[in-house]
Amino acid sequence: MAVLERLWRSLAAGTRPAGGVLPPTRKSQTRDLGIRTPPLPARVTLLLEDGRDQPWREVQPIVKPGQYVRAGERVARAVGHLALPVHASISGHVSALFMHDEADAGGQHRPAVVIDADGASQHHWLPPLDWQGAAPGEIIQRIADAGIAGMGGGGFPAHLKVRAARQAGIDTLVVNAAECEPYLSADDQTLRQHTDRVLLGAAMVAHATGASSIVIGIEDDKPEAASAVRARLGELPCPARLEVIPTRYPSGGERQLIERLLGRRLASDQLPVDAGVLCHNPGTLAAIHDAVALGKPMIERTLTLAGRALARPGNITARLGTAIEHLLQDAGLDRARLSRVIEGGPMMGQAIGSLDQPITQTTNGLIAADAAELPTPPPARPCIRCGDCQPACPAGLAPQQLWWHAQAGEDHKAEANGLFDCIECGACDYVCPSHLPLANGFGEAKQRLRTARAESDRADQARHRFEARQAREQREAAEREARRQARRQAATQRGQQRNASSAKDSSADAKGTASVVDVRGLRIAQAAAKAAARKAEKALERAAQQQQSADVLADLETQLDTARQHLDAADARLKAARQEETRP
Amino acid sequence: MSLTSLVGVVLMVALIGVCGGLLGWLNRRFKDGEDGLVEQIDALLPQTQCGQCGYPGCRPYAEAVEQGEAINRCPPGGEATILELAELLGREPLALDGDADDTPRVAFIREDECIGCTKCIQACPVDAILGASKMMHTVIAHECTGCDLCIAPCPVDCIDMLPREPQPRWTAGIIASDRTTETLHGST
Repeated sequence: MAVLERLWRSLAAGTRPAGGVLPPTRKSQTRDLGIRTPPLPARVTLLLEDGRDQPWREVQPIVKPGQYVRAGERVARAVGHLALPVHASISGHVSALFMHDEADAGGQHRPAVVIDADGASQHHWLPPLDWQGAAPGEIIQRIADAGIAGMGGGGFPAHLKVRAARQAGIDTLVVNAAECEPYLSADDQTLRQHTDRVLLGAAMVAHATGASSIVIGIEDDKPEAASAVRARLGELPCPARLEVIPTRYPSGGERQLIERLLGRRLASDQLPVDAGVLCHNPGTLAAIHDAVALGKPMIERTLTLAGRALARPGNITARLGTAIEHLLQDAGLDRARLSRVIEGGPMMGQAIGSLDQPITQTTNGLIAADAAELPTPPPARPCIRCGDCQPACPAGLAPQQLWWHAQAGEDHKAEANGLFDCIECGACDYVCPSHLPLANGFGEAKQRLRTARAESDRADQARHRFEARQAREQREAAEREARRQARRQAATQRGQQRNASSAKDSSADAKGTASVVDVRGLRIAQAAAKAAARKAEKALERAAQQQQSADVLADLETQLDTARQHLDAADARLKAARQEETRP
Repeated sequence: MSLTSLVGVVLMVALIGVCGGLLGWLNRRFKDGEDGLVEQIDALLPQTQCGQCGYPGCRPYAEAVEQGEAINRCPPGGEATILELAELLGREPLALDGDADDTPRVAFIREDECIGCTKCIQACPVDAILGASKMMHTVIAHECTGCDLCIAPCPVDCIDMLPREPQPRWTAGIIASDRTTETLHGST
């Protein structure tokens, strides 16, 4: 069966149109200019997530204002399970633990660690690790300690991906060097200038995950990077191959790339590790190399500065937390020409409200565009059902249908049509003749569905707690009843001893049979309650083994408690009935 | 009628009987916890257990709705719940009976003023209030359904209903959250 399924999948993958679009790449602005290092900023602002909106990303500062820190010293610790520790990206004194964000609603203070540089460039790194002699767990722990997030865009903690891959057992590490977004050439430059660091990083991750082969996927518009990699492939300790794929946006989408390179198609509920693959970006691998071989925590990244409002576009390696304005000024920003600044690529990036904002680990590019270069889209018109978005969708969805459902408030129908497979790449926006903001709309619909799901989980938990409380009240009532029964029995026994000679109650027989039936029914109820309790116990055990989330476990505990209360109540009732029965 | 056709008819009837029996048995054998109508109605209710419908909880109201009670008695569910119930039961949607207020709320005890009488603890339908006699009480915001039932019994009026934050905030070291970190970092 597995063979047939694989055959079918490969056939289906072969027949399905690849999707995607061919926007002008505009990479020639920056692609041959090397990587510069701009002067160090006088101040860095390391943004912290306070966990108000996303508790799983919460980070807490561990330094105080006025404290001196060296570059690489930890300034905040991870609290949420998807959070990463933050390290000082420059040496100097901590001047504040918040940032005044003008662009934010009402000019709110955002939690951050602000460091005023002292210009001394002191640094403090972790001890280097001999990766070939190190256990996989040590490498993974080092990646976690260095605070490395995936630098492709999602910003998911790198160590969690590696650990999941280690646990699931993968066979292939994919180096995602497609870099399909227009303008961006940071990965291209990293591969050309730092081939060693990227490939060694890949070897380390392969060692840590147990992957037996490495596949490097690169688009055919980067021949220099491809040949640089090809020349060094033989030095890798495990079989590695380079795969040059045609340039097409969004071939760098994780799922799309895995399908293209390995012919493995992921179902919507599958993660790459489920298909035996781990995917990492070259920048992330270079950072992992630095963290392991040099002990250098995540304090800087390579990004592309592009756009016609810059006199000196190019790729730079900048300290995290540097203000966007500082970097753009250094690249010769012409404010008269500037129409807007976009963080990320033009397809998936976000327009920036204020240039005071700092760069973060996920900032892979800054585009300072003039008005002619990236014009503001014309107002959206209604969908004319032309169907152009359908062949453009890399996930094989029907965007016009999803849009229809999402606009009609029928999010669940959109979900049934594969809404959660949408990677929000914006290929449909690009081809839409009505200029509909499709990808944005899909993002919002997903958010609405997630909120609804969380609400329904909450309601279920409230129901289970309500049931638990009712079960407890029933048990207490049954136990009270049993005690009352026992007291009454004791009283009647005393009375009977006094009138031992009196005649037997003629109704005793009838009462006896009635209570026998009663006891039998109660015994069945008690056995059922016992089975229910055991079932609830097993469900909880299974969930604990599968490492379900705390919410799920707490909910199952409530259900187990309910079952136990029911059992206790049934026990008490049975006991009371038996005492009644034995009464002569 | 010839004998063969009679045999055919008898065989056919027997076959139908066997198939019917088999299907019936299979249906009973592999029936996986199919929900009754009451459960389906209950699943649509917001589970605040507030009693504003006049029944002592969501499930009793679900049972009453199944028996023909009006579907517009649930203010926390609001219009959305009425529409869902109307669709499930094939009834006409009605205007909400009562004041529409489906903004999620959470109870908050002004802890300085709490005298520790435990009355709110007894009133809470989902055991979301912690405390002991003559000790300060507090609401587990994550479990609170915003039902208002703790407000009336409080003799010192120290409970407020506040709008619920969009996502419950968990900090380390309080009740459920210490387990959050344990289970999620346990695989280290």
